[in-house]
Amino acid sequence: MDERILLHMKNISKNFPGVKALKGVDLEVKKGEVHALMGENGAGKSTLIKVLTGVHVEDSGEIYFEGKQIFTNTTLQAQKCGISTIYQELDLIPELSICENVFLGREIMKNGMIDWRATEEKAKAILLDMGIKVDVKGVLSQQSTAIQQMVSIARAISINARLVVMDEPTSSLDEKEVKVLFNVIKKLKAQDISVIFISHRLDEIFEICDAITILKDGERVGYSAIKDITKLQLVSMMIGRDASKIVSRKKSYSKDKMSNENIIETRNIVREPKVRGIDIEVKKGEVLGLAGLLGAGRTELARLIFGADAPQSGDIYINGKKVKLNLPKDAIKAGLGFCPEDRKVEGIIPHMSVKENITLAMLPRLTKMGVVSKKEQEKIVNKYIEALKIKTPHMNQAVRNLSGGNQQKVILARWLCMNPELLILDEPTRGIDVGAKTEILDLIEKLAEDNISVLMVSSEIEELMHACDRIAVIRDGKKAGELYAEEIGEEAIMNSIAEGGK
Amino acid sequence: MKTITKKSSVNVNQDRDWKLLLNKYATPILLVLLIAVNAIFTPNFANVNTMWNILIQMTTILLTALGMTLVIASGGIDISVGSVMAISSIVTAKSLGFGVVPAVILGLLISAVCGVFIGFIIARFKIQPIIVTLPMMIGIRGIAQVINDSQLLNFNEPAFSFLGTYKFGGSVPIQVFIMIIVSASVYFIANKMSFGRYVQAMGDNYKASRLTGINTFMVTISIYMISATLAGFAGIIETARLSAADANAIGKLMELDAIAAVAVGGTPMNGGRPNVIGTIFGVLIIQIITVAVNMNNIPYTYSLVLKAIVIILALWARRDK
Repeated sequence: MDERILLHMKNISKNFPGVKALKGVDLEVKKGEVHALMGENGAGKSTLIKVLTGVHVEDSGEIYFEGKQIFTNTTLQAQKCGISTIYQELDLIPELSICENVFLGREIMKNGMIDWRATEEKAKAILLDMGIKVDVKGVLSQQSTAIQQMVSIARAISINARLVVMDEPTSSLDEKEVKVLFNVIKKLKAQDISVIFISHRLDEIFEICDAITILKDGERVGYSAIKDITKLQLVSMMIGRDASKIVSRKKSYSKDKMSNENIIETRNIVREPKVRGIDIEVKKGEVLGLAGLLGAGRTELARLIFGADAPQSGDIYINGKKVKLNLPKDAIKAGLGFCPEDRKVEGIIPHMSVKENITLAMLPRLTKMGVVSKKEQEKIVNKYIEALKIKTPHMNQAVRNLSGGNQQKVILARWLCMNPELLILDEPTRGIDVGAKTEILDLIEKLAEDNISVLMVSSEIEELMHACDRIAVIRDGKKAGELYAEEIGEEAIMNSIAEGGK
Repeated sequence: MKTITKKSSVNVNQDRDWKLLLNKYATPILLVLLIAVNAIFTPNFANVNTMWNILIQMTTILLTALGMTLVIASGGIDISVGSVMAISSIVTAKSLGFGVVPAVILGLLISAVCGVFIGFIIARFKIQPIIVTLPMMIGIRGIAQVINDSQLLNFNEPAFSFLGTYKFGGSVPIQVFIMIIVSASVYFIANKMSFGRYVQAMGDNYKASRLTGINTFMVTISIYMISATLAGFAGIIETARLSAADANAIGKLMELDAIAAVAVGGTPMNGGRPNVIGTIFGVLIIQIITVAVNMNNIPYTYSLVLKAIVIILALWARRDK
């Protein structure tokens, strides 16, 4: 075996009830290497990392570390082996000082008391080594996220970590802070410490990493040195689509026939760090897709348009008129509807009935003097249960007892009964079965025929190609390209996602 | 082998049905048990006068608990209600000179203002309700005490005392009618009006409620306003009944009884469907314990322990899963 190999995870499998999360995955990390772990959501990255760090126990497979087989059944065991993790949500104590955080749980003692001077000096030394100058006696919570992350890394180094796992460390950092982090990573490399680096930002991967492992649906679909792979190859492997299978719908619009009426327009809209000046417009009766990798800023853009978050700058026009959307209710009044990405967290009211969930947004229209008209309410609910084929024993069933697909239909019904002009759908088919998926895609098609515009965010290229008249590609918070119906092809989209071409 | 497994699975189902039933009807069952036990063992319990007494005494808890039901259903909590009772009591008593009606309106108004203020802070700054209402609990009572220099304020105003002492047909206390009207109103708000749907939706899933266009800001303010106004009304009735206002004593620990009643009544403590009927049962349970303990000459301190046990029992019976 190669002496330079630090970590070798062999044939790791892990099942959760109903899901095969990992199907015999291999991962090899060399000493002093920055190794990227890539894959779409649900590809198994997190599960693999959690197996390595002892959060989950693998069902089968072996882990070798520095040539010896190790068993990481608890996080403590993993730490003792020399594996440290920097989580997305930092596991530090915000109200303690920096040096206390670095040595938390391993306080330097002298005569049964904490030796503060040694603690401070050592913490300072470690941080200086990383190129960070900071008052180690200061309270952690007053530092920027970047510094907090550095403290987390300092803590890892002080435990003599040989391998540091960084799960999306850059997601909450700005450009300057990312540079600082990369400098630290380079210093770690120089000390022969390895890093597993998870990020959705392609540019970063190509800037800092030496090798890459790509996961898809719980399997390793690619393994390469970074210099032997192109961005396009990487994106194709992550998304892994077979272009020949896709049947695209009859497109009603093309570049020449496109309506000139804009339902909604954004002009240079900004909300740092995810949305950095985007112009898009959705035309009447058009299905506009937003493509891009996870974290590119698509969801954030959708939320800005719906008034769920406030933009820092930039303008929104609805039907040509400049509007200020402070709250979702303003957007709803203007004729917008929004099906959020995470149905359970932001969509359904779990313990309320199907009936109440469907009519929640339109209650003001069903209400006279504050009293809900039950008769009208039930009429509408019946209409939409039938129209969308919502499978529920009765309309008074609590919505949490429905399947994912039917919950999504309930939320669609919630907006359709408002007769919206524009429906924003964020990952409308995520986590729902194939049958319901087709029904929802068919529904989107029908909406466009009824002259309702749709703005659709999806990570599934296939789905976008099927449904959209036009696709805007978002990359790193900016619009990277735009494709019209006749140009929409997998190659073109991937090119745009990877390079920002066009 | 096969038959055995089948049999056991049936048993499991029956077991579950039984538990489900207990879960759903725990509060009324407990209430009936409590009444039955007391009717047998407590002398003079099964007596019309005792009944009127229980009803008169439970009025204050019921009014505050009804408001608390909406607050808790929305995912919040309001521990300042006892102090709001005190301030409305002393303000009303102090301003009786302007006439009974203006005094009562003033008392209700000051309570409503307290509620609006609390709701505003919670909705605007997104601070946890318990953190907001804790200083309010302390501060509002402080103001109430300052108003009359912490002194008991006696008054002789028959037209006002009528609110707490009048008996229809010589026996049915006015409180019974007040309770019926307020309970019916809150039930109506919670179950028939869109406002009630918003309260429940916000308690069940705040983020989704906001994205559905619910005006969470105004709804939050309204909830705390209703709660405080009802608490203030309770304070006024109690003041009328006693013909005296004592800002040091009135409504003390009322918030705990109200919260306990709501919890026992089955409104989910982390927000969800407001169970108004359940709250009424919950208040009855808590009040009957208090009265029964008195009638049996059990020392007050023991009554607290007993109350705690019954509350835990009720919560245990209707716990999740």
